[in-house]
Amino acid sequence: MRLSVRNPTDFWSGLLFLTCALAFLWIARNYDFGSPLRMGPGFFPMTLSVVLATIGLATFLRSFAVTGEPIGGFAVKGLLFVTLGTLLFAVLIERAGVVVAVSAITLVSAYASIKFTWKQGVIMALLLSAFCALVFVYGLGVPMPILGNWFVD
Amino acid sequence: MDILSNLALGFQTAATPLNLGYCLIGVFLGTLIGVLPGLGPVATIAMLLPATFGLPPVTALIMLSGIYYGAQYGGSTTAILINLPGESSSVITALDGYAMARKGRAGVALATAAIGSFFAGTVATLLLALAAPPLAQVALKFGPPEYFSLMVLGLSASVVLAHGSLLRALGMIVLGLLLGVVGTDANSAVQRFTFNIPELADGIGFVTVAMGLFGVGEIIRNLENESDRSVFVSKVSSLMPSREDWKRIVGPILRGTALGAALGILPGGGAMLSSFAAYSVEKRISRRSSEFGKGAIEGVAAPESANNAGAQTSFIPMLTLGIPSNPVMALMIGALIIQGIQPGPAVMTQQPALFWGLIVSMWIGNFFLILLNLPLVGMWAKMLTIPYHVLFPGIMVFCAIGVFSLNNTSFDVYLMALFGVLGYVFAKLKCEPAPMLLGFILGPMMEENLRRSLTLSRGDPLIFLRSPISVSMLIIAFLALLLVLLPSFRKTREEAFVDED
Repeated sequence: MRLSVRNPTDFWSGLLFLTCALAFLWIARNYDFGSPLRMGPGFFPMTLSVVLATIGLATFLRSFAVTGEPIGGFAVKGLLFVTLGTLLFAVLIERAGVVVAVSAITLVSAYASIKFTWKQGVIMALLLSAFCALVFVYGLGVPMPILGNWFVD
Repeated sequence: MDILSNLALGFQTAATPLNLGYCLIGVFLGTLIGVLPGLGPVATIAMLLPATFGLPPVTALIMLSGIYYGAQYGGSTTAILINLPGESSSVITALDGYAMARKGRAGVALATAAIGSFFAGTVATLLLALAAPPLAQVALKFGPPEYFSLMVLGLSASVVLAHGSLLRALGMIVLGLLLGVVGTDANSAVQRFTFNIPELADGIGFVTVAMGLFGVGEIIRNLENESDRSVFVSKVSSLMPSREDWKRIVGPILRGTALGAALGILPGGGAMLSSFAAYSVEKRISRRSSEFGKGAIEGVAAPESANNAGAQTSFIPMLTLGIPSNPVMALMIGALIIQGIQPGPAVMTQQPALFWGLIVSMWIGNFFLILLNLPLVGMWAKMLTIPYHVLFPGIMVFCAIGVFSLNNTSFDVYLMALFGVLGYVFAKLKCEPAPMLLGFILGPMMEENLRRSLTLSRGDPLIFLRSPISVSMLIIAFLALLLVLLPSFRKTREEAFVDED
């Protein structure tokens, strides 16, 4: 009998758990394990990493034995633009200010939708930046510049 | 009468104009997000948490709780009117509620849901007032081993109630626990998993995690199959149930309330499980079980009473033990900590006004919800016509600003993007994020209690089996996990979650 992945969901989540567990274990190797009486900083994370590795391995192995459902297509466009929009916001917020950052995250993430139109996007960006500047900066006093030091010194 | 004077104190606290106002805002927002699909209470509460920093603790908690139980109401409105549950706990209501709406009885279905919820909310609030003090008394006697075992119980219950594979849910819990460890070790001051990033020295913010997983991740998932939402909204005519209807809903409301209240207390329980359990009980015992799914009014009354009762009693473990039973309660605990209040059994004695004010506010909130929902149902139905592609960029903006304002650092926004991607990957791999978030919150507490227990026992792990309370909680946890492996339970559990997506 040929060995084949019968449950891609289990296969990938098993791999994910295993990778995370090994990464945690690798970093935690420098922390003192201690003893049950005096738990060191490494005691809890190392024990958990071993447990997670076991679970990951079991999930991984199960994917060859028990048939499960396929994973299905990825929303590549959504994943890409929503993440990009968030990152842009993070980059811009302190440097370019609320208006630019909010417009960027609005337009870029809205672009991920199949129903995106530029007209609607621009209107939303304007409304949301005005709203956020008024409510968050003036209203709630969140320390974000309206226009960052890219525009004013 | 102790309870009366306590409730009087609660009324005094909850009935100030400020608290009444924020209670109304809370239930209003709750209804709103309940109506809007794709935005749940976890993401909303996480988003609004920073805005509550400036409020007094009790006011903040009143508003945040209002969002939670208000969402249960709003979710049922969409379930009934357009067969699209805004909240997972209303999935089951859509079955018979929408069928009733198709028969032109949308108004009656909505009224039934509201009446059931109000009754259940009142009973559950009373139950909370009665049950919490003795429970907190017991909890005051808890030592580290008992707390550790209680957390083990809570985490295993959340596995049982999560859908999908048991193994993957376990993996998510452990992953959550590990992520909770990130930051400075309280005991040795060693920086763990921080990569020398100063922003990580205090650990990963749970709001950031919650917003990434439940806000951003959910948005990406919704963009996967963007389809036109059916904008056909059933017309709402007469609201009043007939005499015959009343007769049929009394039993289901009573049973739904009892069941929901009981299941809500369970760790990992809460609104969704309650509504499903109540529905299946009614279907089993009803003489009209063939009508279920075709517009049986019992099929609306029971789950709606149950989910509201469950939403309310799920505050019990949070308020008395300081242990969250679901992600929303985890956020509440976070809100308390931010306000400088250490959650746990001492809250009741040290902050009686906060405790009783919150409880009474829930009853007031339920009353507001009736007012908001029945006369204004037309307005909520209109909200349904807002298309998702207009809605989600706004949600993104609020998530980003909310996370930024936690510590006024863009580092948290990067972190949220990371957890958003993770959240989507988990959704694709059918790994539930809720157990992970619970693990994440409980991680540091578990480590601390484990350490203390083992120090007490001089390193002997049998200490967890010596205290009767601790050992019985561990046995229940073990049995709960065994239960999932039973074929018959497995089948019911799969059925329970089959319509969930």
